[in-house]
Amino acid sequence: MTTGAIALCLVISTSAEAAKVSDLTSTNIGEQALRFFSLQDPSLRFALVGSILLGITCGLLGSFIVVRKMALVGDALSHAVLPGVALGFLWGQTKDPFAIFVGATIAGLIGTTVVSLIKQTTRLKEDAALGLVLASFFAVGICLVTMIQRLPTGNKSGIDKFLFGQAAAISAGDVRLMAFVTLLSIATITVFYKECLVTSFDVGFARAAGFPTQLIHHSIMLLLAFTIVVALQAVGVVLVSAMLITPAAAAYLLTDRMHRMLLLAALFGMIAGVLGAFLSFLGNNLPTGPFMVLGASAVFVCAFLFGPKHGVVVRWWKRRSRSGRIRRENALKSIYRVLEERDFRDEGVALRELAQLRRESIEEARAESVDLSRHGLVSTHEEGNVLFFTPKGWQRACEIVRNHRLWELYLTNAVQYAPDHVHEDADVIEHVIGTETVREIERRLQFAKRDPHGRLIPGLEDIYPSTAGRRA
Amino acid sequence: MHDTAPALELHDLTVAYHKKPVLWGIDLEVPQGKLIGIVGPNGAGKSTLIKAVMGLLPISSGWVKVFGQPLKKSLQRIGYVPQRESVDWDFPVSVMDVVLMGRYGRLGLIKRPTKEDREVARACLEKVHMLPYANRQISNLSGGQQQRVFLARALAQESDLYFMDEPFSGVDAATESAIITLLHELRERGKTMLVVHHDLPTAREYFDMLILLNMRLVAFGPTSEVFTNELLQTTYGGRLTILSDVAEAVKEQRILR
Repeated sequence: MTTGAIALCLVISTSAEAAKVSDLTSTNIGEQALRFFSLQDPSLRFALVGSILLGITCGLLGSFIVVRKMALVGDALSHAVLPGVALGFLWGQTKDPFAIFVGATIAGLIGTTVVSLIKQTTRLKEDAALGLVLASFFAVGICLVTMIQRLPTGNKSGIDKFLFGQAAAISAGDVRLMAFVTLLSIATITVFYKECLVTSFDVGFARAAGFPTQLIHHSIMLLLAFTIVVALQAVGVVLVSAMLITPAAAAYLLTDRMHRMLLLAALFGMIAGVLGAFLSFLGNNLPTGPFMVLGASAVFVCAFLFGPKHGVVVRWWKRRSRSGRIRRENALKSIYRVLEERDFRDEGVALRELAQLRRESIEEARAESVDLSRHGLVSTHEEGNVLFFTPKGWQRACEIVRNHRLWELYLTNAVQYAPDHVHEDADVIEHVIGTETVREIERRLQFAKRDPHGRLIPGLEDIYPSTAGRRA
Repeated sequence: MHDTAPALELHDLTVAYHKKPVLWGIDLEVPQGKLIGIVGPNGAGKSTLIKAVMGLLPISSGWVKVFGQPLKKSLQRIGYVPQRESVDWDFPVSVMDVVLMGRYGRLGLIKRPTKEDREVARACLEKVHMLPYANRQISNLSGGQQQRVFLARALAQESDLYFMDEPFSGVDAATESAIITLLHELRERGKTMLVVHHDLPTAREYFDMLILLNMRLVAFGPTSEVFTNELLQTTYGGRLTILSDVAEAVKEQRILR
């Protein structure tokens, strides 16, 4: 997982280097990287610490946003704060972190209030209400930002950096606010973990048990607003919701316990934050937001592909090995049938006989026999032209034939299938049926000896010679 | 002492859903230690009734008393089994985590579940034969198993009055009989249970008493007395359309909260 992430990071960083070659002529990349991570430069120090803090808090809050299915709320809220940012700026006439924090939080709260008002008073549903508020607040914000830039002091203001983020513009005041919000999030989630968990999972139950669900919901929304507002400087209004959702979504794919999801999401957020800040610095202060989100997306892609339980690669691999097993079991069954047709006289089965029964070419049969012998199920003789069961192969073949015939018999006897309907069904079931079920079927069939076509069902004593006699 | 007080007492309870009245002036006095079924057609307000009683829906008028006390004072004596479909079963928690939530109400704010709470949760899982699944993620469970987990969580609440919303819907026969055994066991221990139920034939054999509901209380009493053709006809027959017409009018005029 981590190695995959690193590999992808490398890919991204090389492409970033390619992009900035024209921008950057005097200094080389190594020096730049050293400058970034040695933390000599105070502004870089702020950028790095700020990115780490915002990664953590975005990951934590984002996890709850994802499991509460409020991802769109995060997006709407982040766009809705822009007018507040602009008004906060106008109020202080400079980029005062505190004024902007207050303005943005108020705008965010007004935005969410408008969403719930629309929901309560009209027939519109939440998604439409969110879309409305997102776009209209954002439009107001853009107008205000453009106005500010036309002011005499405007073009040096750095207010445009709020759109796509600029980690290098993070000041000591910003870091202090970020630290405050991060600590507040960690403290709230640790202290009220139980409450956050139960209200997220089953709000009706939580309310019936006496928990103040509305209060908890609004507290989470307020924390979310704080998180968005402090992350704005680094990630920007447009992409901050991606930093909330992407690390949490990646964590969701990797684990099925909430506390682990929180830890992983915080870690992924941190990685994405640092990566974004670093790459934007390498690229001579390119906007940070897109790089952070790219970092987070890279982590998500890795989780999607290489997740140990639900990852695409693992699932593909499992399916592949399962189909390999089924192919081998079918070949074993065919060898058994060849032997059965001559009443088990003469134990060697010629490749030609196998190919004939399976209606395939000698080459295909040979490939199958090689696969079987590699798994220790048959031994080959006479240059691979004659096959003998190994004890393991014999046992597995008997089990499969037994499963097949018992299932056929069960379908005809108990489920009243017509005898000519059962074969295809049994061809599938024989590979998946468990020992317990087989025993149960056998009991219900009162240890029948023959399948619906009159062929003998291999008994336990054929499969495990030592257990002979237990059948009674 | 309130020990002889009715488990649940409703007086003139009216409940509106999206401003449309769904329950009209319900009076009810439920004795302790009974297994009670709530039956009625779709849209009769069965779920609404138990949700309103537990304070999950606002009440337009009337009042609720639980063991002779106002609801707020008796929350700890109430256990709840919501409809299975009301939660997201892909939520990242284990079976054990869900059952432990049954202990949260007793713990109050901030406090974490203790070792004893875990013991109680394990015992409750054992009662519904789900202990081997304690560490599974909940999405890997069948419908019947999910229902058992919800029951175990309610058991962990160690309440005196239980509200269950369709615990028998979509479960296998084995789970259904396991639930019935459990309900009978709870009744032996003096617990009171109100169970929303969809299936009339089984309602007759499962419950001691029945609440026949169709926007108003049609009848409440011992199953043998109220499970009559006439009362069922009133409950399920189309004679109540006037009530729902009026409910629409009330909604239009925005009369109720």
